[in-house]
Amino acid sequence: MEILVSISIGVMAACGIYLILRAHTFPVVVGLTLLSYAVNVFLFSMGRLKVGAPAVISPEAVTYADPLPQALVLTAIVIAFAMTAFVIVLALKARDELGNDHVDGKGEQLTDTEEAGL
Amino acid sequence: MIHWVFLPVLLPLIGGLLQLVLRHKGLSFQRTLGLCLTSALVILGIKMLLLAQTGETFVYHLGNWPAPFGIVLVLDRLSAMMLMLTSLIACAALAYASARRVDEKGSHFHVLFQLQLFGLNGAFLTGDIFNLFVFFEVLLLASYGLVLHGSGKKRTRAGLHYVIVNLLGSTLYLFAVGALYGAVGTLNIADMAYKVSVAPAERSGLIAAAGLLLLVVFCLKAAMFPLYLWLPRAYANTSAPVAALFAIMTKVGLYAIIRVHGTVFGDQAGNLASLHMPWILAGGLITILLAAMGVMAARGLSEQVAYLVLTSVATILIAVGLNRPDALAAGLFYLLHSTFLAAAFFLLADMIKDARGNAADSFETIVQPQCSKWLGLGFFFAAVAMAGLPPLSGFLGKLMILDSALKHSWGWTVLGIVLTASLLVLAAMVRSGSFLFYRPTQLPVEENPQTGKSPKIAPLLIMGSLLAVSPLLVLFAGKATTYTSKTATQLQQVSEYIEDVLESQVKGGTESQK
Repeated sequence: MEILVSISIGVMAACGIYLILRAHTFPVVVGLTLLSYAVNVFLFSMGRLKVGAPAVISPEAVTYADPLPQALVLTAIVIAFAMTAFVIVLALKARDELGNDHVDGKGEQLTDTEEAGL
Repeated sequence: MIHWVFLPVLLPLIGGLLQLVLRHKGLSFQRTLGLCLTSALVILGIKMLLLAQTGETFVYHLGNWPAPFGIVLVLDRLSAMMLMLTSLIACAALAYASARRVDEKGSHFHVLFQLQLFGLNGAFLTGDIFNLFVFFEVLLLASYGLVLHGSGKKRTRAGLHYVIVNLLGSTLYLFAVGALYGAVGTLNIADMAYKVSVAPAERSGLIAAAGLLLLVVFCLKAAMFPLYLWLPRAYANTSAPVAALFAIMTKVGLYAIIRVHGTVFGDQAGNLASLHMPWILAGGLITILLAAMGVMAARGLSEQVAYLVLTSVATILIAVGLNRPDALAAGLFYLLHSTFLAAAFFLLADMIKDARGNAADSFETIVQPQCSKWLGLGFFFAAVAMAGLPPLSGFLGKLMILDSALKHSWGWTVLGIVLTASLLVLAAMVRSGSFLFYRPTQLPVEENPQTGKSPKIAPLLIMGSLLAVSPLLVLFAGKATTYTSKTATQLQQVSEYIEDVLESQVKGGTESQK
């Protein structure tokens, strides 16, 4: 199970990094999302992988799963969700204002006055 | 008494919510409310400074859970100093934004401003590494809004880079924190320092890797080579008061390095002690050279100031990387100086931009408008202080750093590089000063009615009061250096920090059930 989980984290992270390097806003957003999935699974596995073990106290349990990483993942998911929403809106705004979806806004020549006067 | 420590975090949060709920009352109300809130924060900052000056470490248990199980807020000399610095810069930035009506150019400026302060103060106070992540996210999310405040294509483009780079940084932070938790099983900084010192040898590779990954993230926030490329564009293209407030943002990265790495990889960490120091020193040296070249190459004053921020960050990184208490003390003194100066310089650049009409702050020969003599004087002061010439505080800070650098094995290298960079900065400042103020008038001012308006008095006063910190830091250099050297000593005594945090008593009974 450890090998399976680590391979999946690795593949997700690699895909995420590849997409982030694509330099167009949509792949970058997808890449960031994949990377945040990878980090969520990674955080979760840092509490050691256990099957069928409860995280909160139960009278029958002989072993427990570490509850702290689960709480961390929850926080990380919420934050990543908010950030993704924000970056999508920003990407749309950039697409609208710069005329294309390149992260550098290429293909758009700013005129001198725009360059100087913002 | 002990609840004081929580107030600098709580006040801006409540303030931000109030600003949001009461926004229909109009901008002038929001301005007054914002100024009241930040002034209250200054008073709180003074209170924190007085508390911390006793040398005691104040620990506040959130929800009354004992450390390391609950989250703690820790107030010591360094945190108090950063809180004070933040509140003063915030006050000036907000006053400037109100005086120049920057807040009219978009919605929710005041809400975002307070939430930014909430994140900053939280980051300076927390004693928990995951909580630090959360506060980072709070301050970053607010800063995304502030960077994009107003509009313009260049601002959007710079903002997009800023946001994506920082999102990537946040992900890396989570990887680092996860790995550290997996290796030592705790998130409390003090507890982590203890666990690292007793960790078995076969874990040390994992801990070192996680620690260095964390360093990458902090260096991204502090803008160290090669992770600084996002900074100049973002800072140069955002509105002036936001840029002024952001003068403190790079210092959050520096603070996190000093706090987290200084504690976890302090002297008690055995063979892992100071593992980050050579990286910081080398990174700082490369950054200062490249930043000085950036200062030379900048095409406009705002861009130049953004690179000046980089040189000051690099100087502090070098001071931290020297790994000596006296160098750290000098670095903290320089941190005070450079934050105020950078904030003042951004405001100054904005006023110059305004006075020059269409040419804005670019270094080109234009039909010369009459820049007010006060602007010229301000530029002269700021340039002298930033370049590190006597008699202003930049000189004093750099002198102390270089003095302690000589006792380090890299001493002469550091000396050579820092002085070369200072020379480049000085030359660039002279050049831009003569471009902006000394070019001969080719046409009478009257023919170009758009330009030549002198700035109003209030923004000038705000900028002037920030600049005045520099001579004040020289006048009261004795007091300031005493404080910073005591801070550096306190930071070196990691075992006392661990003891203070882990053995602090949770308040029992009903009085702490607030």
